[in-house]
Amino acid sequence: MAEQDLYQSAAGDKPAAPTRREAYEASVRRRSNRIALTSTAVVLLSVFILVPLAPGWEAVQRSFFNGEVFAKTFPGLLNAFLLDVMIFAWCAPLIALVGLGIALCRDVRAPALFPLRLFGAVYTDVFRGLPVVLVIYLIGFGIPGLGLPRPWNSPYIWGSLALILVYAAYVAEVIRSGIDSIHQSQRAAAASLGLSDADTMRFVVLPQAIRNVVPANMNLFIALQKDVALLSFIGPVEIFRQAGVYKSLYANFTPYVGAALIFLALTIPATRYADYLMNKQNRRRR
Amino acid sequence: MSAKLSLRGVRKRFGDHEVCKGIDLDVGEGEMVCLIGASGSGKSTLLRCMNLLEPIDDGAIWLDGDDISEPGRDPQPVRQRIGIVFQSYNLFPHMTASENVMLAPRRVKGLSRDELRPQVTELFTRFGLGDRMEHYPDQLSGGQQQRVAIIRALAMAPEIMLFDEITSALDPELVGEVLDVLRDLRRQGMTMVLATHEMGFARELADKVCFLDAGRILEQGPPEAVFGAPREERTRAFLSRVL
Ligand SMILES: Nc1ncnc2c1ncn2[C@@H]1O[C@H](COP(=O)(O)OP(=O)(O)OP(=O)(O)O)[C@@H](O)[C@H]1O
Ligand SMILES: [Mg+2]
Repeated sequence: MAEQDLYQSAAGDKPAAPTRREAYEASVRRRSNRIALTSTAVVLLSVFILVPLAPGWEAVQRSFFNGEVFAKTFPGLLNAFLLDVMIFAWCAPLIALVGLGIALCRDVRAPALFPLRLFGAVYTDVFRGLPVVLVIYLIGFGIPGLGLPRPWNSPYIWGSLALILVYAAYVAEVIRSGIDSIHQSQRAAAASLGLSDADTMRFVVLPQAIRNVVPANMNLFIALQKDVALLSFIGPVEIFRQAGVYKSLYANFTPYVGAALIFLALTIPATRYADYLMNKQNRRRR
Repeated sequence: MSAKLSLRGVRKRFGDHEVCKGIDLDVGEGEMVCLIGASGSGKSTLLRCMNLLEPIDDGAIWLDGDDISEPGRDPQPVRQRIGIVFQSYNLFPHMTASENVMLAPRRVKGLSRDELRPQVTELFTRFGLGDRMEHYPDQLSGGQQQRVAIIRALAMAPEIMLFDEITSALDPELVGEVLDVLRDLRRQGMTMVLATHEMGFARELADKVCFLDAGRILEQGPPEAVFGAPREERTRAFLSRVL
């Protein structure tokens, strides 16, 4: 009798009972989790024990991790970060637009439009070949130096323009790689239906291309969010510069740590999300 | 010259490789012509030349007595009159089946979705896809996708339809549903040119069978003649391999 019961439950009308394979895989998983946990604990412990033993630790702690300074400056830093977010918010859509335009320039076939094609190629080569901060200096100091009247001498305008020009070049390259990734047979199918080249691009190629490069573009926009801090070199008091002001005021580096935390709070989730999208897409393609 | 579509001395080369070496072919109004031949013999290339997806190097293609192969001529109006369906369907994956079908009539003929809806719904229903119009291509079986691709070409109301081995990517049990569509079109009097490996089908329905070999039409005639009593040794050899 008992033997029969055992046999029936093994035959599996109860889905809860794991199969032999599942049981094996679960034990392997438990084992690797144990190993990972142990090694992480060892590393963290040694950091917490060894670093404070360093001779300069007390001084570093005082000037970088000062709780009092942190509490006093953090709200001001957050406030300054709003400016970063605003600069980002008006640059991002313009970058997407200009980048798309440049990518399309590089794809035109008509000989009459060859200058556009050439312009697209030169543009991307130049702006991908320069350090961002150099472009910001050249445009941010150069153009207002022409003695333009207010508000056209604002560093906000020209600093933003510099970011837009540089990042549009990268976005254009990403979009172009997306366009190249669409198989020739899609264009052939569209052409065989009598669609014009422009309609083929607009309705068939671009929608697929842009969807394919969303994760890559997200990574670019995360980099942009960080590079907004470079505008501080030409004037705007955004978070990085505000941290510098506080540093001088309190003779303490803690505001920089505060600024770093604020950046990370935004960029880490965004990076994770981009990775998630990228993985999802890779899985789908396989 | 009364044929709907005539090819005269058509040549096409890719680099050093001449794929069509002087093709002469007439397709009469309402006729169904089947191209058969080994892999690489140039069937797909010939079909792509017929609706100007590939420019030909020499010779001429006449549509209703009009030379459509003239270099420099705008290919778009011709492509509207000659539809093609590919082996790999080539549906637009980001659009539903009905959007796939309506795109070209909307953009090229300037019709609105509302104007198109009755006609498109009728086509889907006729080919047994009435309940699949709002599905995306990856939600459809191969046979269903291929039928959508045929509907997409038909929605431009072409005068001639070209089919490039449209059943060879399909599981055997799905081939029948696509061949039924071709039978249906045949009954309606559509002018058709097919590249095919379905010899039984070609024998049953074709008006004319052409055997392509290394870029030449080696033998052509009614199916009884080509299948029943092939004149050329190479035709016999090919048929004995595939039958
Ligand atoms: N775009 C191209 N560039 C270079 N060579 C090509 C191109 N398209 C076709 N060819 C060559 O032309 C020859 C004929 O190809 P085609 O696709 O027309 O043959 P097919 O008869 O349709 O063969 P299959 O039955 O395998 O489809 C092949 O040797 C192929 O490699
Ligand atoms: Mg082929």
